[in-house]
Amino acid sequence: MKELKYALFTGCTAKESTPEQMMSTLAVAKKLGIELVELTEASCCGASHLQDYDDFLSLVLNARNIAYAEMHGLTMVTICNTCQLNTAMTKHRLDHNAALKAKVNEKLAEVGLEYKGTSLITHFLYAIIDDFGLDKIKEMVVKPLSQFNIAPFYGCHNIRPSELQNESHKGHENPYNPTSLDDLIVACGGVSVDYVEKNKCCGFHAELQAPHTAAVLTGNAVAGAMDANADWMVTPCPLCHLKLDTQTHHASVAIGREVSLPVLHMQQMVGLALGCTSAELGLKHHVTKVNFI
Amino acid sequence: MNSKLDLTKDMTMDALTSQKVTFKVFRFNEETDYLPYYNTYTLDVTHEEVVLDILNRIKWDHDGSLSYRRSCRHGICGVCSIKVNGKAILACKSRLFDLINIFGAELVIEPLSTKRAIKDLIIDKKDFWDKHAEVKPFLTGEIEETPQSEHLVSPHDAEKLLEADYCIQCGACHYSCPALAINEQFIGPAAFAAAYRFSADVRDESPLDRLHIVNEEASGVWDCVKCMECAEACPKEVNPIEKITKLHNMIFEANIAKNNVATRHAVGFAHSIAKHGLLDEGELVRYSEGNFGVLKHVPVALKMFTKGKIVLPWNMPKADKLDEIQKLIKSSSTVKF
Repeated sequence: MKELKYALFTGCTAKESTPEQMMSTLAVAKKLGIELVELTEASCCGASHLQDYDDFLSLVLNARNIAYAEMHGLTMVTICNTCQLNTAMTKHRLDHNAALKAKVNEKLAEVGLEYKGTSLITHFLYAIIDDFGLDKIKEMVVKPLSQFNIAPFYGCHNIRPSELQNESHKGHENPYNPTSLDDLIVACGGVSVDYVEKNKCCGFHAELQAPHTAAVLTGNAVAGAMDANADWMVTPCPLCHLKLDTQTHHASVAIGREVSLPVLHMQQMVGLALGCTSAELGLKHHVTKVNFI
Repeated sequence: MNSKLDLTKDMTMDALTSQKVTFKVFRFNEETDYLPYYNTYTLDVTHEEVVLDILNRIKWDHDGSLSYRRSCRHGICGVCSIKVNGKAILACKSRLFDLINIFGAELVIEPLSTKRAIKDLIIDKKDFWDKHAEVKPFLTGEIEETPQSEHLVSPHDAEKLLEADYCIQCGACHYSCPALAINEQFIGPAAFAAAYRFSADVRDESPLDRLHIVNEEASGVWDCVKCMECAEACPKEVNPIEKITKLHNMIFEANIAKNNVATRHAVGFAHSIAKHGLLDEGELVRYSEGNFGVLKHVPVALKMFTKGKIVLPWNMPKADKLDEIQKLIKSSSTVKF
C-alpha cells in the first residue's frame, strides 16, 4: 500500500490544554505508518468565534493555513472538529466564490502566498477510516477493547453541516445517524453504545457567555452515556473532550445529578487497541481519571 | 437508445419496490391524557411515498383520530413539519426511502416539540411566533401614501438577503436548537434569520433597532452554541447560522457591540493570534471574563494545572512565521472594537 502522508494542522489545544491529544496522534500515526508533516506556520483557526468579529480576517488566516498544506502538495489533516469546520468552510467558500477567492489571494500575495484550492481537508478520524481502512486496523489490534462498553461522542463540527462533511469524508455519514466512530470502536474490538446525545452539542462554544446552557448540554451528554451503561466515552474533538473531561462538576450541578465518565480521545482509543502504553497516550493528563487502565 | 430504455426500466422497477416499515407514532391529547404514548403500525411503503402519505394512510385506514397539520402539499406552507427519529422534516417533502436509508425500517414519528404537543403531532407554536414578533420582522420606513412608482430592489441588493427570505416559518430549526431548548429567553435561529432578512434589506430604515434586539445578553445571538443543528434542519436551505454570524458582524460594524464577556470572547481571538499566531487559552478566558470574573474559573484551572493542561505565559508556544500572520492581521482586519 502507498504510504500515507498528510499535512498536520494541530490546532491550538493540542499544544496547550490537551497535550495528550498531540501525544496520542503521533503515537497512533507511528503505529499505523502514517507520516504527518506538522504545519508549524499555521495560525489558530479562530474556533468559530473570530469570524463573528471579523469574517474576512478569519478567511484570510484560514486560507493561509491551507496554502501551506498546498505547498507540501498534501491533504491537510485536522485533529480538532472545530479546526476541521473552520478550515473546510473556508475552502468551501473560496472554491465556490471566485471573487472572494481573488480578494483573499490579494491579501495572501502580500506575504508571498496563494490559496489555490488544491489540498483536501479531512479529520484524522476520517483519514484513518477512509484512507487507512477499518479492516486493516482490525488486523493490527493486539489488545482488543472487548471488555468495554464505549459511548461515541461525535462532536458537532465533524458532522454538521453535512455539505462540508460530505466533502471531507468519503463515507458520507449522516449527521442524524453517524456511524464512523461506532465503526472504529467495533474495529478496536469494543462494544459501541447507542444513546440520543451521541451526535448532540457538548456546549463548549458557549461556556463563557452562556455557562448554564453549556453545562446542561455537557451534563445531558454524560448522563446519556451513563444511562446507556457506557464504561467510558470517546470523541474525535479536543474541545468536546475538554468539556466532558474537565467540566463535569458544573454539569452535575446544572442538571441536578452527579455525572462523570472517563473520556478518551479517538486517538487514545485506537492507541490502546494497538498496544500503545498509557504513557505514550498521555492518559495521566485527564482530569477525570482514566480508571480502567 | 439502449441507455434510455434501461433508465425507464430502472425507474419502473424503483416505483414498484416496496418495503415493510414499522412506524411508532406519538399520541397525546392534552384534554384527556396525562402522558403521551406511542401507537405502532407496520405498513408496506413504496418508493414514491412521502411521510405525509403515510400519515394520511394511518388516519384514513387505521385510526381516524390521528391529528396532524397539512396544507399546501408542496413544501411551501411549512405547517406539516414534524420529527422523524429526531430529524426535523416537512412531511410533504420527505421521501420514506430517504429516511429508511438513514435510520432503517423502524421510524419514530413525533411532533416538532413533544413538550408543546396539543394533540398528537400538532403543537402550540406560540413561542415560535412570539420570538418571530420580537425581532420586528417587517420593513420600516416612510412610505408615501400614493407612490408614483415601484420601490425596486436591484438583483445585486436582493442577493444581500442570502436567501433568508426563503424561510417558510416551519419551525424546523427553532425546535432543533439546543440553546433554545435550555434557555427560553434565547430568540433562536428562525427569528434571527428573520432579523437578518429585514436588517439586510436596502429598503429598511431602522436596521439598528433590530440589531439592538439581537445584541442583548441571554436572548441575543451571543448565546448561540454553534452546533450547526439549524443549518442541517432547515428544509429550505436558509442556513440560519450563517445569518447569526452576519448579525454578529453587523453588530461590530455598527459599533454597538457592548463591552461584555461575549464580545470580548470573539475579539480576544484576534488579540491572541496577533501576539502568538495561536490562541492563548488562559489569556482568552482572563480577557473575556475580566480580572474579577476569571476567578470563578480558578478551581477547574487548578485541576487542569495539576494534570499538565495549563501552559504558563512564559511557555506559550508561537506559530512559525509570526511576522507573516501579524502583517496579514494588519492589512486584512475590517473592524475595530
